[in-house]
Amino acid sequence: MSTPFYVSPEQWYQDKAEYARKGIARGRPIVSLEYDNGIVMMAENRSATLRKISEIYDRIAFGGVGKLDEYETLRKSGVRYADMRGYSFSREDVAGKSLANEYSNVLGSIFTREMKPLEVEILVAEIKDSGNSAFYQIRYDGSMSDMTHWATIGGDSDKLGDVIRGGWKPGLSLKDAAQLARRALAGSGSGGSIDDLDEKTLEIAILDRARKGRTFKRMVAEEAKGLLSG
Amino acid sequence: MFKGETYAGDSFYEFLRLDHPCLLPDWTHMDWTQVSLLHGTTVLAIVCKEGALMAGDRLATEGHQVGTRDLEKVFRIDDSSMMAIAGAAGPAIEMVRMFQLELEHFEKLDGQPLTFEGKANRLSFLLRQNLPAAMQGLVVMPIFAGFDHDKGRGRIYKFDITGGRFREADYYSTGSGGKDARASLKKIVRHEDLSREEAIHAAVGALLDAADEDRATGGIDIVRGIFPTVKLATRSGVEDVKDEELRRVYDAIITQRRAA
Repeated sequence: MSTPFYVSPEQWYQDKAEYARKGIARGRPIVSLEYDNGIVMMAENRSATLRKISEIYDRIAFGGVGKLDEYETLRKSGVRYADMRGYSFSREDVAGKSLANEYSNVLGSIFTREMKPLEVEILVAEIKDSGNSAFYQIRYDGSMSDMTHWATIGGDSDKLGDVIRGGWKPGLSLKDAAQLARRALAGSGSGGSIDDLDEKTLEIAILDRARKGRTFKRMVAEEAKGLLSG
Repeated sequence: MFKGETYAGDSFYEFLRLDHPCLLPDWTHMDWTQVSLLHGTTVLAIVCKEGALMAGDRLATEGHQVGTRDLEKVFRIDDSSMMAIAGAAGPAIEMVRMFQLELEHFEKLDGQPLTFEGKANRLSFLLRQNLPAAMQGLVVMPIFAGFDHDKGRGRIYKFDITGGRFREADYYSTGSGGKDARASLKKIVRHEDLSREEAIHAAVGALLDAADEDRATGGIDIVRGIFPTVKLATRSGVEDVKDEELRRVYDAIITQRRAA
């Protein structure tokens, strides 16, 4: 029996992290921010059918960047988890935090135990009863952070954050928030210029407090055009 | 991908059966005919010009007694469909909840809603799962109705306990007073030509007729202010018909019948 090469855990984790980061960097980022009556989420996405942003539950939305098949599997697990919780307790008992924890556990245990880490970053956005919002970013190694008011995943987070920090203030209208998100995406340098980012190339969805029950709404081309014009 | 998750399909019921079986009810291994349980009585559905209407009285019986005076037996399932239940109220309401979730779950996972036909098939499936319980006395009799966006009109399906699914063109009614309500409706309802107001009038009239003949069907309780549940599914969604409107329809029917 031959003796395997010794690789220090530090080295092994570093290699895996680098591998995951490379995979994620190929994807396009997602920007998500509060407006006066909910949360708007936006990403550059040239596919008409494959989604980066989707509905999980009444007040919870999901965003994934990186490898599509991997975040798609995570999204489906999230929907199953949320529906199961809502069925066994009540719809009001389904919270973004416990879902984000599940994601963190799965990503963390795959990162430590498996050869190949997942090449994804996940965003869980939630509107709360109190009028606040919560954003949870979960990275490929399971590390999680929560943000208030806005959050981004993927791409150059410093550049994206700079634009939003400079433009976000409480009480933004949906239209202003959507235009700020578009400026951030255009300024991130990882996608098209601002003129390229229109209703055909952007995927936009909202969690709208004005809606009863399921608050998630995907913006169709006409609505997106209205938001981005002017 | 989460801990304990093995199921990978789009059905919420099958997901629970495989990965969380303890969350599903098990009503077998018992003779339920020996126990007195809440039973829902008369519900009906009518196709009209704008879509489909569903109505039900509010009484639930427990043996020969009043169980609940204000039970809801007509439910909004999603933006375009409704379900009405008669029979054992506990399992029936549980079936409604499961059916709502089954459709929502599919829509979220798959990214698009099921067709009207697909929804009716899912309800068939849930009824088939209930067959062992039905054989032991927990019979659930649903009607499924709504607006079919593909066909551009209202549609009704009735079911039997085996999950058999049968389309009704104009109207249907089930429950203890179902036959009486059908007898009332058959003189009025013709294929899709009823206006919204005529359909509401026909539905309230039929429930009054059923309450007149069948002791287990609740009429309109003016003293307590309990009116039937009436819902309407149209192109733009599912609407609750308000009590004030039902009160006006009731008064009109009483005046009409006194004069006759």
